[in-house]
Amino acid sequence: MSDTTLSPADLAAKHGLAVSGARPGLFEYCRQLWGRRHFILSFSQAKLTAQYSQAKLGQIWQVATPLLNALVYYFIFGVLMNAKRGIPSDVYIPFLVTGVFVFTFTQNSVMAGVRAISGNLGLVRALHFPRASLPISFALQQLQQLLFSMIVLILVVVASGTMPMASWLLMVPVLALQFVFNTGLAMIMARLGSKTPDLAQLMPFVLRTWMYASGVMFSIKVVLQGKPHWLAQVLQVNPAAVYMDLARFAMIDGYGAHNLPPHVWLVAVGWALVVGVAGFVYFWKAEEQYGRG
Amino acid sequence: MAEDNNRLADASGERIPTVIADDVHIVYTVNGAGGGRGSATAALSRIVKRDKGESRGMRKVHAVRGVSFTAYRGEAIGLIGTNGSGKSTLLRAIAGLLPPAKGRVYTNGQPSLLGVNAALMNELTGERNVILGGLAMGMSREEIKERYEEIVDFSGINEKGDFITLPMRTYSSGMAARLRFSIAAAKDHDVLMIDEALATGDRKFQIRSEERIRELRKHAGTVFLVSHSIGSIRDTCNRVLWLERGELLMDGPTDEVVKAYQKETGR
Repeated sequence: MSDTTLSPADLAAKHGLAVSGARPGLFEYCRQLWGRRHFILSFSQAKLTAQYSQAKLGQIWQVATPLLNALVYYFIFGVLMNAKRGIPSDVYIPFLVTGVFVFTFTQNSVMAGVRAISGNLGLVRALHFPRASLPISFALQQLQQLLFSMIVLILVVVASGTMPMASWLLMVPVLALQFVFNTGLAMIMARLGSKTPDLAQLMPFVLRTWMYASGVMFSIKVVLQGKPHWLAQVLQVNPAAVYMDLARFAMIDGYGAHNLPPHVWLVAVGWALVVGVAGFVYFWKAEEQYGRG
Repeated sequence: MAEDNNRLADASGERIPTVIADDVHIVYTVNGAGGGRGSATAALSRIVKRDKGESRGMRKVHAVRGVSFTAYRGEAIGLIGTNGSGKSTLLRAIAGLLPPAKGRVYTNGQPSLLGVNAALMNELTGERNVILGGLAMGMSREEIKERYEEIVDFSGINEKGDFITLPMRTYSSGMAARLRFSIAAAKDHDVLMIDEALATGDRKFQIRSEERIRELRKHAGTVFLVSHSIGSIRDTCNRVLWLERGELLMDGPTDEVVKAYQKETGR
């Protein structure tokens, strides 16, 4: 047998064997990922359904949870603290609810991203699939969750006097851009979280800081009056504030374009593209490492 | 497996390798292994001292130490060894699911582990789990639709009523195991790895699943089987690797290795 004289690497090369678990090229990786689109979608739907299947009210919680959330924020910031400075009363409630829902979308995507690999090691160690399926699937789950919240949001907006209007359609591009941004961020967090699971403990604090700095319950412009101008501008072009402001502009009649920072759509597209692409490449770079440790 | 030797060699009469393991090492890092008194301060001092993990609280487990072998087409290879000897870990490395810390695994085609448990969700109905599990293994929607009846019939879940539309958490452990095996075995594989899968379900189901495994073997180039049952190793394998403490102790024909293994562990 001549094979016994060859080194393992030469023997493998001779018979065309490939290294097991090697990272595919970026293009090939995209192709594999596209091949798994049905898995990604059905995994996200399964997670969404499984979430409330033990509860007596079942899937009603999909809508009830965001509704209760909005009520709590309204009670604290609208009634107790009166944070609506500079915003008319009939605008403040939809302003707050839109902000809470849109920010929650990003917040939950980040938290799900941190645990996407480290919380699913069993799955990663048992089956073959492009690992990016997991963070994408979790971001998709949050998007579906947000669509349930939109039912509540429309009720709130109509109840506070805005009638259905054409600009509501702007929510489609806004949410699409935010979804791409969130997915990229989830992939970055997934890679970081796979090496350092401790991030799951740390991130809630980072996210809460981000929330308060993005003007979820107050208008950045009004609250930062008298502070340096650049500070308000920096806060206003941060991605969370951009997507929140665009959603408010789309949904609420009394929230005009003068509330938006300059070039806001360009900024929104820029954040989505930069974070989406960078997150994807960053995640792919460690593809063969997931599952160890 | 001498009966079809001509299918297993190339033109020059050489055997065709399907899996080559070249000095494979696998190391797990375990967080929070220490616990108990003083572990928080231990963790702090570890961060301060930039200790690479030998101290309490974080440990490295060297699960597989320098295993090399070559598997050829048509072989059915058994992996034996006491609990914790690294058998399952080695299988995962061959499948490319657990990256080796050192060394390489070369494979022909995509080796797959017979197991889908981790993708299934107890909260969902058996029906949705069949679809989810199939998709997770890389089957297309059409393939799953085609095989759906077959999978449900094979599992025998519906023999005692319409259980497939109930959440899996309501199944008995035997029923759940049967459904999991049925989903996992629904796909054909190049290199197939089976980890103790034969031990699920009642006697009737065991016979049925052994039959299914033989069928899968016919389609697969090479089969790996991890089992503590020497009987099923003898029945299905023609070559055995004996692992102990992550090292390859012996590699040879089934009879020889099993005899040595029984001599070592028997008393």
